[in-house]
Amino acid sequence: MGIWRSYRLRVQRQRWLARAFLKRRELQAVANRTGQIKPEDILLFSTFRNEDMRLPHFLQYYRSLGVNHFIMVDNASTDGGAAYLKDQPDVSLFHTDASYKKARFGVDWLNWLQRKYAHGHWALVVDPDELLVYPFCDTRPLRALTDWLDASSIKSFGAMLLDMYPKGRVDDTPYRRGTDPLQITEWFDSGNYVIKRNPKFGNLWIQGGPRARAFFPKAPERAPALNKVPLVKWDKKYAYVSSTHMLLPRGLNLVYDEWGGEKASGVLLHTKFLSTFTEKAREEMERRQHYANSTEYRAYTETGDVNPDLWCKWSERYINWRQLEILGIMSKGNWA
Amino acid sequence: MTVGVVMLVHTAFERAEQLARHWVDGGCPVVIHVDKTVDNAKYDRFVAALADLNQVKFCRRHRCEWGTWGLVAGTQSASELMLKSFLQVRHVFLASGACMPLRPVRELVRYLDSRPRTDFIESATTSDVPWTVGGLDHERFTLRFPFSWRKNRYLFDRYVAVQRLFGFRRRIPEGIVPHMGSQWWCLTRQTLSAILQDPDRPLYDKYFSKVWIPDESYFQTLARVYSVNIESRSLTLSKFDFQGKPHIFYDDHLQLLRRSDCFVARKVWPRADRLYQAFLIDDAATMKGAEPNPGKIDRIFSKAVDRRTKGRPGLYMQSRWPNKDWENGITSGPYSVFGGFGELFENFEPWLAKITGARVHGHLYARDRAQFDARQSHFNGALSDEPAIRDQNPQMFLTNLIWSTRGERQAFQFGPSDAQKISWMIAKDPNAQVAVISGCWAVPLFMSNRNFADLRHEAAQLQRIENEHLAALRSPWAKARVRIWTMADFIESPMEALQLVVDEMTGKTSRRLTEAPRMHNLTGFGQFLQNLKNQGMHPYLMGDFPVETTPLNQAPKPRKPYLVK
Repeated sequence: MGIWRSYRLRVQRQRWLARAFLKRRELQAVANRTGQIKPEDILLFSTFRNEDMRLPHFLQYYRSLGVNHFIMVDNASTDGGAAYLKDQPDVSLFHTDASYKKARFGVDWLNWLQRKYAHGHWALVVDPDELLVYPFCDTRPLRALTDWLDASSIKSFGAMLLDMYPKGRVDDTPYRRGTDPLQITEWFDSGNYVIKRNPKFGNLWIQGGPRARAFFPKAPERAPALNKVPLVKWDKKYAYVSSTHMLLPRGLNLVYDEWGGEKASGVLLHTKFLSTFTEKAREEMERRQHYANSTEYRAYTETGDVNPDLWCKWSERYINWRQLEILGIMSKGNWA
Repeated sequence: MTVGVVMLVHTAFERAEQLARHWVDGGCPVVIHVDKTVDNAKYDRFVAALADLNQVKFCRRHRCEWGTWGLVAGTQSASELMLKSFLQVRHVFLASGACMPLRPVRELVRYLDSRPRTDFIESATTSDVPWTVGGLDHERFTLRFPFSWRKNRYLFDRYVAVQRLFGFRRRIPEGIVPHMGSQWWCLTRQTLSAILQDPDRPLYDKYFSKVWIPDESYFQTLARVYSVNIESRSLTLSKFDFQGKPHIFYDDHLQLLRRSDCFVARKVWPRADRLYQAFLIDDAATMKGAEPNPGKIDRIFSKAVDRRTKGRPGLYMQSRWPNKDWENGITSGPYSVFGGFGELFENFEPWLAKITGARVHGHLYARDRAQFDARQSHFNGALSDEPAIRDQNPQMFLTNLIWSTRGERQAFQFGPSDAQKISWMIAKDPNAQVAVISGCWAVPLFMSNRNFADLRHEAAQLQRIENEHLAALRSPWAKARVRIWTMADFIESPMEALQLVVDEMTGKTSRRLTEAPRMHNLTGFGQFLQNLKNQGMHPYLMGDFPVETTPLNQAPKPRKPYLVK
């Protein structure tokens, strides 16, 4: 990489950080317990809107993995989610009514909070409908992974987004608050992903899966990106560029091996297609606050209705991380 | 007689304390060396925590950084203190704060008691060990390393390069031959004291203090000078990954460790509560007292290193995206590509599936849709037959298909009317078996009911495309197993050619084909080609087809539907 390009990326990173700094004013602390954060703690950052249904299981899932503190941004929820989170002992809650889109889909807010609170910590950035799975997650806590990453001098850990869906139409089985959404959305596409390298940021750009085949059959290049780098040993100089798809400095995006080997990686089980989806898609269409003029949500409503059946004969039923490992969706790398 | 444990500690002090107590409970005195970089408050707390045990002593502290002399200096101080303070000690066992005794300490003592003169230290000459980090093997003894590998990698590398450039060499002190091995050893009092009390020790120390990673060579080299009986293996089970850092054991390794029959394992994750519970508190007496047998653990860890360095061939995913030519196998398994067979025969696909048992697809790269077996809309891995999705990345469409169907042989048709982007990839892939009957694209044209001008135009185009494809298959870069016949040659002896193809696919040669696919009726095909020629389009890929003119007044013999030999 030439000096000129590396300089331009540096300027870009500083621009994102400056933007995050300006956007900090949009955030008001509702319950700030960040004083409790201890130097070794693993932190989780998330933005949400009207996710009250999912929050109890979300917290429980990540607590059991060993996340020590949750820093959550409530973007103008109208349900009881904020009230619920406010009383959780390990949650710091921030509130904003500002535009999700103008905060670059929440990235600016989280970049700011991470800069402020995550320096020197392992920070996990996930949405409330994303559940992290990593090698040995059934027997080893998240701390085992981060300790190993530390010992291996690895600063970032990739986890691809894997769209999960139910068999049948999405609102056939109603989701009950607090239960495991994977009991309903237990199917996924095992091998229809395509990858390109993004020369500018060095990350891989992954597309495919059920959303590409069901909603973008004629224009798959418009399908959503699935590559993510959600777990990073954060430094206040880092910045996410676009969702958690890529970061700067670009070395953090190199979560893949280029010489034939496999690096360790995980998967974010994306449980978007629950019964709550139908209503959400309608609402988001009206709000138009999502990426690329909400192309994705438009596609959902265009292809018939917002109650799709994504299941096909070759869908795979989720069992555990080992299954994903064997299918080649994630890898243990040299962690054994 | 007993065993003394020298313990090197720099972190996880609670675990270290637990271990020290365990060793002492087993009757082993312990001398602990604590890294000088640890702050004094922590150190004092650690010392205070163990103050109730008079079998535990602390030696002078040295600054320890990976790959530097400090570790050896610390070991020396601790060993001296051990030999001086605990006269009943016959073997000294070097361990770290993350070393876990897997078998009861009494068993270790008994094991060593029955081998009173044996030194357990892995020690091999530099030319015989493969596990060197940074490509430094013999050079670690002949160059100088004043810069830290961890903190000043750039200067470290530059300084090595400069020394190489000028041919700089240090002289190895006389009387010693450099040996290397695991830093975790167990030496007898005799050998250890001989090393520590050697009159030449200042000389050796001075030399080794500038050697790269002296903790893997100092005792390993000097033990060779004094020991009467070296058993070149470590009693500590310690596996290293490809970066030279030790693999870590977690709770889920419990059964594996139990069955290894090793005395001590390193390194154990400090928070692996179940392991500490099982081995230190319950004091696992479940082992059979057999010789250490780390084979199974070896396999698991060497597999992990393989996965990290070589990966699974033919897999492209979020954490494996090899640069060109570094794929270690473009696809994950063999597959067959047929050109022209589907056009020449009426029922080639079902016939091939029946004969070979393989999964036979149609034209996967057809312009209108991917023709999966039985023309289903989706296939393994939830691949879609939508052409737009396939053409978004035609290469990955194929690698995904082959990956998702591991264990089942795939075959598909590929011709000039298909999307051509994978032509080169197939040609370069050693897993591909390509059989082409060139010129068969003319058969559907011949049988169609279309205007001749259109046919002529399309024929010219298809011929051009197929010619390019054949050029790829014949190029010096082609690694696929390729068979090409012209249509005329193939028709001369179709059974021989089919037999060859089927044998290659199934890997068997014994069975003769008894049933052939039905060929289209080609009466008049020669004339069709001649007509193309007469219109100025020269069809050359099908070889020389005679223009058969049926004699007048003679009824044509009907062709047999089956061709049996």
